[in-house]
Amino acid sequence: MCLAVPGKVLEKEGTLAKVDFGHGTVREVDISLVDVAVGQHVLVHTGYAIQIMDEEEARASLDLWKDILERLEGE
Amino acid sequence: MEQFRGFRDRELAELLTKRIRELEPPDPVKICHVCGTHEWTITHNGLRHLLPENVNLIAGPGCPVCIVPAREIDEAIWLSLNGTTVVTFGDMYRAPGSEISLEDAKSQGGEVKVVYSVRDAVEMAAREPSHEFVFFAIGFETTTPMNAVEAERCPDNFSFLVSHRLIPPALDALAEMDDLNLDGFIAPGHVSTVIGMKPYQKYPEMGMPTVIAGFEPLDVLMGVYMILKQIEDGEPRLENEYSRAVTFEGNVKAQEAVARVFDTVDGAWRGLGSIPASALKLKEEFSAHDARLRYEIDVGPGRDVYPGCSCPQVILGKISPDECPLFIKECTPEKPKGACMVSREGTCSIWAIEALL
Repeated sequence: MCLAVPGKVLEKEGTLAKVDFGHGTVREVDISLVDVAVGQHVLVHTGYAIQIMDEEEARASLDLWKDILERLEGE
Repeated sequence: MEQFRGFRDRELAELLTKRIRELEPPDPVKICHVCGTHEWTITHNGLRHLLPENVNLIAGPGCPVCIVPAREIDEAIWLSLNGTTVVTFGDMYRAPGSEISLEDAKSQGGEVKVVYSVRDAVEMAAREPSHEFVFFAIGFETTTPMNAVEAERCPDNFSFLVSHRLIPPALDALAEMDDLNLDGFIAPGHVSTVIGMKPYQKYPEMGMPTVIAGFEPLDVLMGVYMILKQIEDGEPRLENEYSRAVTFEGNVKAQEAVARVFDTVDGAWRGLGSIPASALKLKEEFSAHDARLRYEIDVGPGRDVYPGCSCPQVILGKISPDECPLFIKECTPEKPKGACMVSREGTCSIWAIEALL
């Protein structure tokens, strides 16, 4: 139920946006609950964007984990 | 979305598994998550098999369909058979009430429609103003904000049968159960995108390591790693593994919408009894859209548990699905007896479909 899928905002009109979920899937999503800009990623649950996804943070946290986990090698 | 695929990286998963094994605790450890989507990720990817033997990852009450009391499903059934169209999600359509499900009610002439989004339900009502529509509103904090949004703008012929429940009060109840002896919480990532980190701050203070985790295999493994590290350090903390979507404050706009529309009340959880301040009710100014006030719904007290079904113990993580005598015998995904076998988020259903037993 709490499934949510990330997608990229392509265009906005009022409380609705066209969101690209990849592999050719583009759907209309309600953006009443977030202040999102075109080009940003949102997390979508039952047709509503519930949060903005931070691409930079995603990359940074993966790099950080990798770094920490590799450093522990041989400790 | 390519940017987020890294959280399925095999090489990193192997490295992480190795680190988790190095953290194998001297005594058995029980970590509880409370999300059907976490259970799916864990079981579908076989993550339990990667953990040290004395690390037990259990599923708590994380399926919002499974914990709706039979009585509230009976209310929806009554509405569908008494002149209104009941609109709900697919999982709820099949969940058993005391005797029958909404699916059964439909075969008996009940008006029931399944939708993906509350918006679809509102659009149906807008197209047919002379007919009354009731949205059976279930779900945890992830699913409440959109109903708050629609309550503020829906047409007059639209109302809500509210069966929302809240996660932190359930965690409180789990933390206080002496016979569960939990050693850590993996908090649900998508609930947390809405409520943020604040509601979890009390758990480390109670001695419970708590990590908010996302839903890719690496997210869950990282969550387990962080909890084991906290246990090794002897320092319970609140950590956010799902930092790409969860902020400290959460979605304030969504929290404000929910606060404008709903009051918090005590709520019954199917098979578990009442949990204080764990449910939502529409505020007085929205009473025209509250199906319980709008219609004189006439149902009995309800029967939550089918004889022999172990859902209440499964929901609390006290037993695993394969310990229930009905599991994949009398109770199967095709012919479910208990709510945990109906919903695709139910632990029994996930184990029946995804698990290597």
